[in-house]
Amino acid sequence: MKRNALLIAGISLLALIVLAGLLGPHLVAPELADIGAVRPRRLPSAANWLGTDTQGRDILATLILATPQTLKIGLFAGLIGLAIGVLLGLLAGYFGGAVDGLIRVATDVMMAIPGIAVLVLVATNVRTMTVALMAVIVAGLSWMYPARAIRAQTMSMRERAYVDIAQLNGIGGVRLVVVELLPNLLPYIAASFVTAVSHAMLATVGLEALGLGPQNELTLGMMIYWAQSYGAIIRGMWWWWAPPVAMIATIFLALLMISIGMDRLVNVRLRVDS
Amino acid sequence: MYFAHVLRRFAMMLLVAFLAISINFVIPRLMPGDPVEQQLNQLAATSGGQIGDVKAMADVYRARFGLDQPLWRQYLNYWGDIARFDLGYSLANYPERVGETIRAALPWTLSLLGIATLISFAIGTLLGGAMVWPSSPRILRWIGMPIVMLSAVPYFLLGIVLLFAFAILVRLFPAGGAYPFSMVPRLDWQTASAILHHATLPSLSIVLASIGTWAIAMRGMLVSVLGEDYVTLAEAKGLSPRRIFIWYGMRNALLPQLTHLALTLSHVVSGAILVEVIFAYPGIGYRLYQAIHAKDYFVIQGIVLLLSVSIAVTMFVMDLVYPLIDPRITQRRR
Repeated sequence: MKRNALLIAGISLLALIVLAGLLGPHLVAPELADIGAVRPRRLPSAANWLGTDTQGRDILATLILATPQTLKIGLFAGLIGLAIGVLLGLLAGYFGGAVDGLIRVATDVMMAIPGIAVLVLVATNVRTMTVALMAVIVAGLSWMYPARAIRAQTMSMRERAYVDIAQLNGIGGVRLVVVELLPNLLPYIAASFVTAVSHAMLATVGLEALGLGPQNELTLGMMIYWAQSYGAIIRGMWWWWAPPVAMIATIFLALLMISIGMDRLVNVRLRVDS
Repeated sequence: MYFAHVLRRFAMMLLVAFLAISINFVIPRLMPGDPVEQQLNQLAATSGGQIGDVKAMADVYRARFGLDQPLWRQYLNYWGDIARFDLGYSLANYPERVGETIRAALPWTLSLLGIATLISFAIGTLLGGAMVWPSSPRILRWIGMPIVMLSAVPYFLLGIVLLFAFAILVRLFPAGGAYPFSMVPRLDWQTASAILHHATLPSLSIVLASIGTWAIAMRGMLVSVLGEDYVTLAEAKGLSPRRIFIWYGMRNALLPQLTHLALTLSHVVSGAILVEVIFAYPGIGYRLYQAIHAKDYFVIQGIVLLLSVSIAVTMFVMDLVYPLIDPRITQRRR
């Protein structure tokens, strides 16, 4: 029962954040997030619930606009990374041999190269960064984790009796993979998706906090970047950096809860002992 | 067996290094636009448009930097520079070479990361063990949960909170830097204590945020090790539970933990970059941040290169050491 509680709690927490992002713009005027919309450097008050920053933005409005953007990057990057990872994992696990060898080396190599280094290199060389571009770049560095997990699962599933029977019935190649293997892999794919999204989010937030995020759009990482580069922490303007920090921490916490919950759902071995 | 293993891992390291170095060459050239003309146009714009024939100047610059040569030739030249550890000049602090910038920053990062990783590995592994040990005090369960939760949060977020709490609200620790501005670092006790004082908060944020990862991994590994047949046999022999736990359980669970250390290395380094930025700690990460700000492309490239290659080499060294600790590694093919 406890495992489901964790999973449900994580999903509800994330749903709540998404809901806030969807409803928020109707409750708080988005114009307040523009530069110079409000009086700068105000403590939280009845008018500005979370205060205002040095550039004259309302923190609450900024937070509400930034959260969905960050989630969007994480989600899309996770989806793209998952798609590439599942495809490669299936290919490697199903065909084995040279295909497997090639894909495995590629995965190992990509995992050994520090993601942030490649991201920094790409991001510094791109003219203008956008949310969509960011998602693609981050996805390019998060496909290895699903590829690894799906490969291992495919290899063990290929040896199962039902695959043999399907092959005896003359089902082979792509059809076997799609009809027989894929449905059985779904729980693992779901678990990999959560991992991929967490990795993507981690890379995204890090890149943004370095100042390499989308310049013309509001994201949580960019909020931290601005707070950091205007010295909000040193100047004790806690209301500026605390909301994005708390929001990012909550998102990662929700992802961790979902991931642990998923793990217990998927891994029978873990279920026995906890 | 050991030799074949070493050879395989060595080939792997070369491949990683080769790819990392090549990526460093390819990515900037893949991007649209001509950096030389772009720089000159920018110069023209800021100096009122009177710098002469931009096209002719661009050609001169291209010839000087070898950018007029065919791509394969540029690639070979690039490898020649790398082989001589020539990473070019810093654009922001011009006469300084990129190599010097990196050399000045590296010791700070190495010591900060090394010590923080060692501490968090030791505490996390012990904590993970204690979480499984049946007769460990109940309080460990209460410590365990928040520590695991902290591991989900990026290091630098924790850094921000720690900085605010212990350097701004309560002025226990300095807010940034590696030693006081007024101090000339010398080899004496005063310098050492100042450096430790400055490094406490940055390393604390890395330690706190990564203990949980080790604890979870150790706990999971220990649970599966304690289910092995040889543990049952040891119990049947009547060995004391403490002895079984430490010498049969912990000892065997420790090995995969070391593998885990190698795999997460690049993750730890990535995380530490932003911790340095938050604390203005003069290591590689902070230099990278400054270079990004100043659009100092050669420094960015140099640091990116250093990160990828050093991680590849470290992983190789770890691969050399494992089989000496755990002979199973060379026998089992993954």
